[in-house]
Amino acid sequence: MTIWQAFIEALESISGNKLRSGLTVLGIVIGVAAVIAMLAVGTGAQESITGSISGIGTNLLFVFRGDQGDNVRNPKPLTLGDAEAISDQFAAPSVAAVAPALQGDGVVSFGGEKTSPQIFGVTPDYFQVRNMDVSEGELINEEHMLGRASVVLLGSETAKKLFGHSDGVTGETVRIEGQPFRVIGVLKSRGGGAFGSEDDQALVPFTTAQARLIRRSTSDRVDIIFVQAASGDVVPQAADEIGQILRTRHRTPVGEDDFTVFTQQDLLSTFQSITGILTIFLGGIAGISLLVGGIGIMNIMLVSVTERTREIGLRKALGARRRDILIQFLTESSLLSLIGGIIGIMLGWLISFLVGQIAAANGTAFTPIVGLNAILLATIFSAAVGLFFGIYPANRAARLEPVEALRYE
Amino acid sequence: MENVIEARDISKSYIMGEVEVQALRGVSFAIQRGEVVAIMGPSGSGKSTLMNTLGCLDRPTSGEYILDGESVATLNDDQLANVRNRKVGFVFQSFNLLSRQTAITNVELPLRYSGNQDGRRQRAIDALKAVGLEDRMTHRPYELSGGQQQRVAIARAIVNNPAIIMADEPTGNLDSKVGREIMSLLLNLNRDSGTTLIIVTHDPTIAEQTQRVIRLRDGELESPS
Repeated sequence: MTIWQAFIEALESISGNKLRSGLTVLGIVIGVAAVIAMLAVGTGAQESITGSISGIGTNLLFVFRGDQGDNVRNPKPLTLGDAEAISDQFAAPSVAAVAPALQGDGVVSFGGEKTSPQIFGVTPDYFQVRNMDVSEGELINEEHMLGRASVVLLGSETAKKLFGHSDGVTGETVRIEGQPFRVIGVLKSRGGGAFGSEDDQALVPFTTAQARLIRRSTSDRVDIIFVQAASGDVVPQAADEIGQILRTRHRTPVGEDDFTVFTQQDLLSTFQSITGILTIFLGGIAGISLLVGGIGIMNIMLVSVTERTREIGLRKALGARRRDILIQFLTESSLLSLIGGIIGIMLGWLISFLVGQIAAANGTAFTPIVGLNAILLATIFSAAVGLFFGIYPANRAARLEPVEALRYE
Repeated sequence: MENVIEARDISKSYIMGEVEVQALRGVSFAIQRGEVVAIMGPSGSGKSTLMNTLGCLDRPTSGEYILDGESVATLNDDQLANVRNRKVGFVFQSFNLLSRQTAITNVELPLRYSGNQDGRRQRAIDALKAVGLEDRMTHRPYELSGGQQQRVAIARAIVNNPAIIMADEPTGNLDSKVGREIMSLLLNLNRDSGTTLIIVTHDPTIAEQTQRVIRLRDGELESPS
């Protein structure tokens, strides 16, 4: 008996018992749909996080004071001198640009509206390093720096909070900590970032912040140094070079750094491993329902074998070998499972699409991704489930003695 | 004339629960090619066991059985299946047709399990013509009368040109008129193609139409021949 004949017979047998086949298939449909949807949501989450981090620039490094474990006493603060040393082309050839920044909180008000965004004192290099641009107005430039100008760039969300909209606000005057600042532009929106919303911030010239907004004990102190590596590939070298420079300047031995160099790639891999575990976890739970569906198939195949004992006896009397009967039942169970798998893929696709729509309706840009590998995985896995859970019933059918089977009532 | 069946000292015993049941006790006989033979005996005489053995559905516990020149007593399951497929055509009391399949698909069934797939459809059509059902080929069993269903079963039995046809109470589920038609069909087929016909029955009127009767009692031949 050829595979094609077995396939046709299996199809006939399945369609001969539509309600039962449908209910059996339903178990697999739900299992596969769950797997597809969960993997899609997981992959989508991963993509969206990866995307927002990449948007910041993967060749970005952050330098903070202190180490992550807090086991260094009296860490030296970072200074403008540190930033300058890092930008030395000879000591740090992998570094493309350096932007020291002061970071603080403050109340920004316009009319009766108040908001408390993050306030950064930044240099003109900041925009290159952070890959930022304005949607209207101009960036902070050297003139603003020299004149310690009272000007501010608003994040789109901050502008919205103050003005109700984020366009046409250039030229207005807002108050930061009571002092008047002229709005010279609005930053392009970039969505959620690694450190809260990148859209809710106010940027002022570094010198202005130093003199009037974010006062520090020493005049040359900085809070964060943003560093742009020459390319994404040399980020590790850049981190090493920065480490060496700062260790020399702060006179700290290796292993007792009083500063932290953090790269976007660290961040990226951390998030990727978190979402990866999440995806596996969700997929695993969904896989359990697929397993339950497989047991359903086994159950119905066992019933089918019992019901068709006489038929099996007849087929054996007419010359069917064990292998023929085995193939017949395995084909049937695999086909059941495969049909369930295909319907499940479509249903899973629909579910992920709906999840995306719901997320979009709630203002989260998040697209579940049904990957080709998820589809392949689900197809192969569902057919394998059918095959595996068909083995026992099919074997039972194949082992029947023709004499006994023909006598069966 | 050449022997198509040679049974030598065939014994068969079963274990039923704790007891060993001796169904056949050293049965020996021969059937010539083209013969029409009835196997008779009261229930429990071992005639079903003998039929299963002759039809290669089961192996004897001891003894030798030569079917169409081939010793089959020691073959394994798959080899036996192959012998059944090529050399034995079965006709059952309850027809045993696949209810979801058309007449022609039912007749084709033995050919699906044989190596030779050439002209499958045509051979099935020829077999259905031979039993006079050429205008019922696409009907399903529930659309056919009992007599027609048994004709489909007979067509299925002859489609692979077997050496013997084993008919187990072929008229048992039919009324007497249709039963006579089926018997004459079987006898005609035997006459036309020379296929050996073995009928298991306890109906004396059927046994009368055969050339020879093998009677069994308590697992032994009553009238050795």
